[in-house]
Amino acid sequence: MESLHSQLGGLQYDAAPESAAVANIQKEYGLFINGRFTSPADHKTFSTINPATEETLSMIALADTKDVDSAVQSAKRAYEKVWSKTTGVQRAKYLYRIARLIQERSREFAVTETLDNGKPIRETRDIDVPLAAAHFFYYAGWADKLSHAGFGQDPQPLGVAGQIIPWNFPLLMAAWKLAPALAAGNTCVLKPAETTPLTALLLAEILQQAELPEGVVNIITGDGTTGAALVEHPDVNKIAFTGSTGVGRMIQQRIAGSGKHLTLELGGKGANIVFEDAPIDEVVEGIIDGIFFNQGHVCCAGSRLLVQESIAEDVLRRLMRRVEQLRVGDPMDKNTDVGAINSAEQLARITELTAAGEGEGATRLTSTCVLPSTGFWFAPTVFTNVSQSHRIAREEIFGPVLSILTFRTPEEAVQKANNTNYGLACGVWSEKGSRTLWVAERLRAGVIWANTYNKFDPTSPFGGVRESGFGREGGRQGLEAYLNV
Amino acid sequence: MTESGLRTELKKLSGVDAVGAEARVAKLSTRSLKKETKRSAINLAISMVDLTTLEGADTAGRVSSLCSKALRPDANDLTAPSVAAVCVYPDMVATARGVIGTSSVQVASVATAFPSGRASLAVKLLDTTEAVEAGADEIDMVIDRGAFLSGNLFKVYEEIVAVKEACGRAHLKVILETGELVTYDNVRRASWLAMLGGADFIKTSTGKVGVNATLPVALVMLEAVRDFAEEYGEVVGVKVAGGIRTTKDALKYLVVVNETVGATWLTSDYFRFGASSLLNDLLLQRSKQQTGNYARPDRFSGD
Repeated sequence: MESLHSQLGGLQYDAAPESAAVANIQKEYGLFINGRFTSPADHKTFSTINPATEETLSMIALADTKDVDSAVQSAKRAYEKVWSKTTGVQRAKYLYRIARLIQERSREFAVTETLDNGKPIRETRDIDVPLAAAHFFYYAGWADKLSHAGFGQDPQPLGVAGQIIPWNFPLLMAAWKLAPALAAGNTCVLKPAETTPLTALLLAEILQQAELPEGVVNIITGDGTTGAALVEHPDVNKIAFTGSTGVGRMIQQRIAGSGKHLTLELGGKGANIVFEDAPIDEVVEGIIDGIFFNQGHVCCAGSRLLVQESIAEDVLRRLMRRVEQLRVGDPMDKNTDVGAINSAEQLARITELTAAGEGEGATRLTSTCVLPSTGFWFAPTVFTNVSQSHRIAREEIFGPVLSILTFRTPEEAVQKANNTNYGLACGVWSEKGSRTLWVAERLRAGVIWANTYNKFDPTSPFGGVRESGFGREGGRQGLEAYLNV
Repeated sequence: MTESGLRTELKKLSGVDAVGAEARVAKLSTRSLKKETKRSAINLAISMVDLTTLEGADTAGRVSSLCSKALRPDANDLTAPSVAAVCVYPDMVATARGVIGTSSVQVASVATAFPSGRASLAVKLLDTTEAVEAGADEIDMVIDRGAFLSGNLFKVYEEIVAVKEACGRAHLKVILETGELVTYDNVRRASWLAMLGGADFIKTSTGKVGVNATLPVALVMLEAVRDFAEEYGEVVGVKVAGGIRTTKDALKYLVVVNETVGATWLTSDYFRFGASSLLNDLLLQRSKQQTGNYARPDRFSGD
């Protein structure tokens, strides 16, 4: 019967491309400081490209120390003169405006994000952009209710927040950072990732449209040196960073003793634990969502599948049938499931780690999908016969690569899931509630999903333990990162 | 199969996570069918329609005109494919057969005290036999939901086996009435029960209760026929019935078929829509694809 199922795709979908013209990307962008786009002091620029085609999308200003200083001074001025004197109700008004404007211009955001990042338009349209708007809506609700958030009678903001965000969810991470910071009464200097600055700059236009007071949010583009200058600026009161564990560690060392507040959301090596009584068809979808969502460029990705030995063969067979069905290609096509890898650098890292996986003796199964000839691509890949000591079971690959390990008992599942330096997210799949709770209590991870994976909601706190960082984003808990408590 | 054998078979089945199943079809519903894909999908959907009239007010005249429509759905465009079957009550089978004759369109008849199934087995078998003798190619039976919900699964199974035997060479579609089974776990169990009993098709609904075919229910049934084919090497069809009125809805079902079970099921031999008003919307969209303009609804016969 195997041949019967390899005929999947009897209906061949014709191309269904979203129009790139909606995006309206400008040829060049300056720095967003004090409510205006300005040229960088040294007039240095860098290009941002479409990873699916390698075409240049726009030239972006590179902020140096002087630019970072003017952004921080602008934020400081805005904090002292305006934002700290603005009532919660007023702050909420701006946040609601921003949320509505994101919704109104959602198509523009989705297309811009897909062009700049390489992720499928289906995901930007259905996940990134709606969730970004939802975050602003959610924290708008908290802005005038801080005294009811459980942090004392009149919790105070920290001042100027320096926020550095990654390239995997550019707009969404900007929303995760800005919304709670502004609701709590801080002003912000946001630095988007080098390879994905465009939606943050589009967000700057929205802030102007929303008439947010000048300097309350400043957006500075650049590379690692820009981020470092922001981290070290003496007038920054708080650093919020999402990115790699290596950079997070460096930031923590640099600001040690400075009195700056810090929250870090770093890497992960999430375990998706499947027990033999789990709902098998939904398990397969959960594994797919866990590792191939956003090309696996997800810090909480379920990159390790721990499956009970008694059903391992069945799960693998169903999983590989499903992997073959994933539609890999043009991110702008509405039917694409897996898009482009964000950069040549990331592609090289994925390639290096998967080669190490084969070298160490794991068995590689790769989708037979045809990859486009230009751009950065990696076919969905699954490794079996992986052991705990392999690099692909320990290091974060940050790509569409799944490592499958097996276990025999719940104790062994927990032991293997926890046998990592990270602690961001895990999934538990079982139809038995008592077992799910038993396992969840013993997992060392900030987020645990039961019978689902990679579900996000602004009401739910998100964050890690151990080398996955500290501090929470989302929910009431997410306010704590921006309040002096 | 013995009662304990049946229980063992059904116990092997994995549960269905409702949230996950619903999320899966919601995601599949965002597929965008364009150009040639859309044109061929509309033609395919037309060829999968079981054009149905199951009313107390049915007359020979009404059934005859429905049969004419089934043979030639678009009177102005003979390139439109004919539908898969007409579906009528047993006493209308002879009338339908008379119009359909030996064409490729099948004559399907509901039977077994449709829609409630509340009759003795003897009555159900007689109902079936009469329909087959009157010329039905396909029998749409209902399962005993009362027996299923009270845990008497073997009674349901035995009835299916008996009706299958009474069908002779006629194909058997087993209606699960998923709106009354309510949970996806029940839908999966009933699907396997029907297939083990010898169903050629498993069908969602009678169209006579509040909740009829839904996409997640179709997904669960398609997963069942896929897994059954893998285990037993037999391909069982799926028929979704009730509440599917628009081309947009029909195409969503075809996408779910396409991405759950694939090409084998993308034919009227293994997938059907039980519907009446759906056909005219398919014809309307078909002509829109050809001419670029929407025709007046009156262009298509109202049968």
